[in-house]
Amino acid sequence: MSDTSNLAAPVKLSDAAIRRRMLAEFWFYFSQNRGAVIGLAVFICLVLTAVFAAALAPHDPTTQYREALLVPPVWAEGGSTQFLLGSDAVGRDMLSRLIFGAQYSLFIGIVVVSIALFGGVIIGLLAGFFGGWIDSVIMRMMDVILAFPSLLLALVLVAVLGPGLTNAMIAIAIVYQPHFARLTRAAVMSEMKREYVSAARVAGAGNLRLMFKTILPNCLGPLIVQATLSFSSAVLDSAALGFLGMGAQPPSPEWGTMLAEAREFILRAWWVVTFPGLAILISVLAINLMGDGLRDALDPKLKRS
Amino acid sequence: MIRFILSKLLYLIPTFLGITIIAFSFVRILPGDPVLLMAGERGVTPERHAELSAQLGYDQPIVMQYFEFLGRLLQGDMGNSLVTKKPVLEEFLTLFPATVELGLCAILIATVIGVTVGVLAAIRRGSWFDQISMTLALVGFSMPIFWWGLLLIIFFSGILGWTPVSGRISLLYYFPDATGFMLIDSLLSGQKGAFTSALSHLILPSLVLATIPLAVIARQTRSAMLEVMGEDYVRTARAKGMPQYRVIGIHALRNAMVPVVTTIGLQIGVLMAGAILTETIFSWPGIGKWMIDSISRRDYPVVQSGLLLIAALVMIVNLLVDLTYGLINPRIRVK
Amino acid sequence: MKHLLLCASALALTATMSEAKTFVYCSEASPEGFDPAPFTAGGTFDASAHPIYNRLTEFKKGTTEVEPGLAESWDVSEDGTEYTFHLREGVKWHSNETFTPTRDFNADDVIFSYERQGAADHPWHQYIAGVTYEYYTSMAMPELIKSIEKIDDYTVKFTLNQPEAPFLANIAMPFASIVSKEYADTLDAAGTKEDLNNLPIGTGPFKFVAYQKDAVVRYTKNADYWGEGAIIDDLVFAITPDAAVRLQKLKAGECHLMPYPAPADIETIKADPNLKLDEQAGLNVGYLAYNTTVAPFDNARVRKALNMAINKDAIVDAVFQGAAAPAKNPIPPTMWSYNDAIEDDPYDPEASKKMLEEEGVTDLSMKIWAMPVQRPYMPNARRSAELMQEDLSKVGVTVEIVSYEWGEYLQKSMEAGRDGAVMLGWTGDNGDPDNFLSVLLSCDSAGEGGANRAFWCNEEFSKLLKDAKITADPAERTALYEQAQVIFKDQAPWFTIAHSTQYVPMSTKVSGFKMSPLGDFTFETVDLAE
Repeated sequence: MSDTSNLAAPVKLSDAAIRRRMLAEFWFYFSQNRGAVIGLAVFICLVLTAVFAAALAPHDPTTQYREALLVPPVWAEGGSTQFLLGSDAVGRDMLSRLIFGAQYSLFIGIVVVSIALFGGVIIGLLAGFFGGWIDSVIMRMMDVILAFPSLLLALVLVAVLGPGLTNAMIAIAIVYQPHFARLTRAAVMSEMKREYVSAARVAGAGNLRLMFKTILPNCLGPLIVQATLSFSSAVLDSAALGFLGMGAQPPSPEWGTMLAEAREFILRAWWVVTFPGLAILISVLAINLMGDGLRDALDPKLKRS
Repeated sequence: MIRFILSKLLYLIPTFLGITIIAFSFVRILPGDPVLLMAGERGVTPERHAELSAQLGYDQPIVMQYFEFLGRLLQGDMGNSLVTKKPVLEEFLTLFPATVELGLCAILIATVIGVTVGVLAAIRRGSWFDQISMTLALVGFSMPIFWWGLLLIIFFSGILGWTPVSGRISLLYYFPDATGFMLIDSLLSGQKGAFTSALSHLILPSLVLATIPLAVIARQTRSAMLEVMGEDYVRTARAKGMPQYRVIGIHALRNAMVPVVTTIGLQIGVLMAGAILTETIFSWPGIGKWMIDSISRRDYPVVQSGLLLIAALVMIVNLLVDLTYGLINPRIRVK
Repeated sequence: MKHLLLCASALALTATMSEAKTFVYCSEASPEGFDPAPFTAGGTFDASAHPIYNRLTEFKKGTTEVEPGLAESWDVSEDGTEYTFHLREGVKWHSNETFTPTRDFNADDVIFSYERQGAADHPWHQYIAGVTYEYYTSMAMPELIKSIEKIDDYTVKFTLNQPEAPFLANIAMPFASIVSKEYADTLDAAGTKEDLNNLPIGTGPFKFVAYQKDAVVRYTKNADYWGEGAIIDDLVFAITPDAAVRLQKLKAGECHLMPYPAPADIETIKADPNLKLDEQAGLNVGYLAYNTTVAPFDNARVRKALNMAINKDAIVDAVFQGAAAPAKNPIPPTMWSYNDAIEDDPYDPEASKKMLEEEGVTDLSMKIWAMPVQRPYMPNARRSAELMQEDLSKVGVTVEIVSYEWGEYLQKSMEAGRDGAVMLGWTGDNGDPDNFLSVLLSCDSAGEGGANRAFWCNEEFSKLLKDAKITADPAERTALYEQAQVIFKDQAPWFTIAHSTQYVPMSTKVSGFKMSPLGDFTFETVDLAE
């Protein structure tokens, strides 16, 4: 059983000390989950790959080596050390494209989660804080969005906005944001009943201050968990959109788009089909492992005694 | 109970209206002109273009078009497909059984395997079985299923030649649609081997479609079981010397099933999204593929009504889940 | 005795097996419907017009030559405006569960089939709400046909407003399929007009049996066919949109023949001992059209210089995977009047650079439009554009690649004053050069509603086309078209990219399949070995 005090209880420790203690506690729970640590390690590798893509990649991801079309990976028959993971249909280096693809996936994840989180939190705060008809209207709107299967709605949205990476990200973010709104609203509503909120109100805190300074920090846990989940779903869904030709457009080395381009070579060149999918799987898996760890560490209900 | 159902239904009306607005407006602001697409490389003269647009009713103000749409919807008329010129509802109904068959089969696989694995993992918490199955569950949960489907096709159909590549049944069998469900129709037809053929066509797509729900259900079952097994009454039952299987079978499993049922119900949205990808990969003639094709062909009436029908379906299933939940757990009803 | 019985039953078994030959075709797309007139997709015609129906004239199998169909013969008046068709007698209509024909095919059916498309007030013009007759309209039939008269039950006279050399080829096209008036009347009486499209009745070599949406179309042999009947007994279309999946099915023996393999799979198919591959130059052209009304592209020498900067062979290799012939003329080599004497602009970046300098063009930056979709004449426009971009950068031309949603692309690319060169192509409808040259390059089509995306209007060129259109003598027409191609090459309104090769992979059991230069798939000549 954890005995850490929550913020509402009167404490004598300084803010910094509390924060340090919370972090230490967080890390303790997180590091207990072996999968989470592995996930974190892979994720850090992924981030580093994305950041140093230009330095790591042996070739430019869009340069076409016209004399080397569909070269197999180095260990396969006919492979060449010039292209470690082989080359694609117009002679671009697979490895370099995969490395640069990491940038896209991380970028997509970050942008989608930021938009969805930001929008969802504001909407949820408004709904939960004001209640009444504002709440009803907002929540019905969220219900409407949630009634559509997310990928289908994103597809139609992208069709409306025009295929492309930016529009795909916007569409996915719109589809995800009700989850954040619902979570925030639920958290706000339960927090509103707590004494510390009443106390703050009595002390004369304004609505905005109440919303953002007092209540929001106390709902962060579930939001962070949801954000991680959304991050991995965003990578998956944007890849699916790319695969259906509605996401990032060629020649960008986005993994889903690469898969879509590779589909015609499914029988002839297994490497152009296998590696992009593997890259998606590994990144999503790493993020989900981290998400599990985060949930264990942040969600007191699930903390194992 | 009836009041509970009614209040739930009443709740759905504004949501449904919202859905009609979204379905209508999204589709009407889709760029791309169906008239131009019909003409292709050939081009179309401005006069002919105006004539065709008028014929399709796209020359009216958009608000008028919406009310017309709503009015016809209330009469059960969802318009005709621009491509096949057939009523959208008719097309939906001919394709729907294929998706239902695929979806039901997938959810069956996911539930049976998912619950079993989840329960076993919970009982043998920390064992190698628990660790491996939960790792696999997480892999399944993270799977890009469009890629997974391609891999399965390469392996089982391409290299091993065990399963057919696509379609619902071998073309050697021909019998008229009785129910639209190939498994049932093939049995009814009485043709030898028809059922096996239908089953072998169903296996890969439903496996692919089941992947994510299976992972979710396994994880959910495991954690629900763990929670329940830690509760007092289970401990008491154990302490009283009740055999392990009875403790699990009677007390733990039944209570753990409440959240699991909800999870299964909530997978319907996931399944629909998955069906879009699965049906595309396996050329499965269902509504997922129909929607994708219609979006790319700018078949407005189909996209519009398809969105509407699918959303309504998801809503109804969610309602049913709510109701089941209310049945299992009376505390909810009072709220 | 027992032995004998076994033998007999084995014999009976093989007999029944060879009796019912079922041929499975993995088709690419679902048919839009089964009435050929309102639709435009080739896949629809393969499933409707070709197996189920006939036309007055037909394309001779494997060619673009016109031969008699439901019309046994025809006379053309001196001035070329009156066509009198003598119809074939004793042609039987199909029957189905609700309809049994009481009479053979006759002139009423011909008139019905044309008038329902042409006359807006015809009771069958709008037999399904929203139905339009795009091919009839776009082949300019309403302007061309003045009247159609029934002389007697087996003679029909078409009167045209002006002479039109390609007319006989036009009416061999799928949209001109002859449907049964008696069937239409029966449906009208029963109040099920839409069944003309759902449960088709024709005179063709195959009878329609059933269609399971997006999955299977089934046909059976028409035993009463007027011509040489089909060899196989049952024909099945297994609808399989994905090329990789189609090939998988072909390899697994789930179907016998497939259209449109992915270029990347050609080598695999050639290597497979159970498969064979028919190939033929397609009746198409892929091109890049400059905007010839905008500087510096209004200068023919600049256009030529740019053409010389692009490595055509590299595009054929990387984009078409070699499955195409580099194009030098706007019409494909399989078409009559193709001028093979013309020499293509050489790939010569140095000379190109020099030529651009001579014309005072430096630091040129331009847009290249790449279509967002795959077309028969261009498997991957984006990839081609990237190759062009790289080639042009070597002569100092900066290229920006742009693309739009397909419908928008088609529209915007025809807007006057368009910025940039547009990639597009064309697939022939009836095998007549006029169907390429007039539609794509004449002055008449350079305006709104046309398809001349170079906005190229050369009086001399257009005059040659006009003369050819009203000339009946094929040799004279050939000479005119050959001359037109010389002007085209000299003026270079396009960078002609390639004529994609059409491949048809099939099981080695299949024999007798004839590829159509028009890209049709027909199966009455096909046989299947056990």
